[in-house]
Amino acid sequence: MNGFNIVWQHRDMIIGGFENTLMIVALAAIGSFTLGALLTIPLMSRHRGVASLATVYVDTMRCVPFLLFVYLIYFGLPSLGIQFDNWSSGVVALILYNTGYMAELLRAAWANLPKELIEAGHAFGFVGWGLFRRIILPPVLFSAIPLIGNQLIQIVKDSAFLTVIAVGELTHQATSLQTTYFVPFASFIAAVVLYWVTCVTIEGTVGFANRFAEARR
Amino acid sequence: MQEIAGTRHPVSTAEHDERDVVLEVSGLSKSFDGNMVLRDISLKVHKGETVCVLGPSGSGKSTLLRCMNWLEEPDGGMVLLAGQRIGVRPGGNIRMTDRDLAAMRTRIGMVFQHFALWPHLTVRQNVMEAPVHVLKRNKAEVRQEVEALLVRVGLGDKMDSFPARLSGGQKQRVGIARSLAMKPDVILFDEPTSALDPELVGEVLAVMQGLARDGMTMVVVTHEMGFARDVASRIVFMDNGKSVETGSPEKFFAAPETDRARQFLMRYASRGH
Repeated sequence: MNGFNIVWQHRDMIIGGFENTLMIVALAAIGSFTLGALLTIPLMSRHRGVASLATVYVDTMRCVPFLLFVYLIYFGLPSLGIQFDNWSSGVVALILYNTGYMAELLRAAWANLPKELIEAGHAFGFVGWGLFRRIILPPVLFSAIPLIGNQLIQIVKDSAFLTVIAVGELTHQATSLQTTYFVPFASFIAAVVLYWVTCVTIEGTVGFANRFAEARR
Repeated sequence: MQEIAGTRHPVSTAEHDERDVVLEVSGLSKSFDGNMVLRDISLKVHKGETVCVLGPSGSGKSTLLRCMNWLEEPDGGMVLLAGQRIGVRPGGNIRMTDRDLAAMRTRIGMVFQHFALWPHLTVRQNVMEAPVHVLKRNKAEVRQEVEALLVRVGLGDKMDSFPARLSGGQKQRVGIARSLAMKPDVILFDEPTSALDPELVGEVLAVMQGLARDGMTMVVVTHEMGFARDVASRIVFMDNGKSVETGSPEKFFAAPETDRARQFLMRYASRGH
């Protein structure tokens, strides 16, 4: 168990990485959720052109491997004159990528809303942003909570890929620890446990939110 | 048959002045996929009238109602709300902007067959939602009015409940209160009791009868013959997309003019409704 002692001695590294992961995940979750919700508007647009354009974005994100997408943002964009540091590149990649998924799952929830509910919105004079914000979005969110939860967990796991562009998140720190002291088992287990704690916390929160939503759908 | 103590609104159509026309439908036609659902329908609804639209399933009643607030866009003809054309800009054939259409819709209440309450809002919030967020009225003032309305429809103890916790009859009374809170010129009822268990139909009809008595202008698509007979100021009988017969309920139920109406009424009588 010597390996775990070493990990414990250097726990600051792991904790630093964990904090970094939490920060990245929080930003990516908020960013991709917000942009995803906004993207459902063009996705559901009655104008074909607008809808197909948004669909192309969603399909692209869903078909590109995340690892490749990270490379593209970090190594590819600078050749177009757009340059972020590695941390920002990672966050931007996570946001843009998961926006596609969030948009698609919210779009599906929107399409499954009872039609009459939106018609009632029209009939009572709601229009445009007000219709979206007050009549459509809340029931969409309430019905999509379990799927949003799954996507948040996906974001947590995707964040581990950012080690390839040397973002100092949990996986990266665990890797550094094991290469420095050669304690692969202990350091990776430590990382796994922290990922697990994160996901269980998300699941618990989602479960709580779901019970809140139950009465409202 | 659903028995309702008769307190018909006293106004009869003959006494009406053109100025009293709240809603006018003229030459309306509509088809879905080449299937004619409405054929040249014309109809005037006067202030304070309760017009009941009857007819067999598939006769176009609901489509007619939905064209009145432009939830369906008619293919031909027009709908006028207090003389102002809905859906189309004045003086042309150009469609109204969504915002102008929405503004006109705020003056037309609608009660849906399947209630269509907003599930994420409490009963009180459902009724306050449009007055506060569409009409931009003062929230405290609206709240007071809404609470009084909910008491009036017998839901004073359900204001903080979510729709999912209500019975069908309660949901539909919320639906009616939601329309009333807008203080509309006219309320459209699209088969308001068709989705209800039989024992809950009475409580909804009682509320509607109260509105008729208070002089609310209403267009009611219904299969409740008792309600139509006792409460309507006028019956419009539709069949196959056409307005076949229109007249007072006394006349319509006692001596219908057309064979189609006679057959329709006989079928209802034999079903023991």
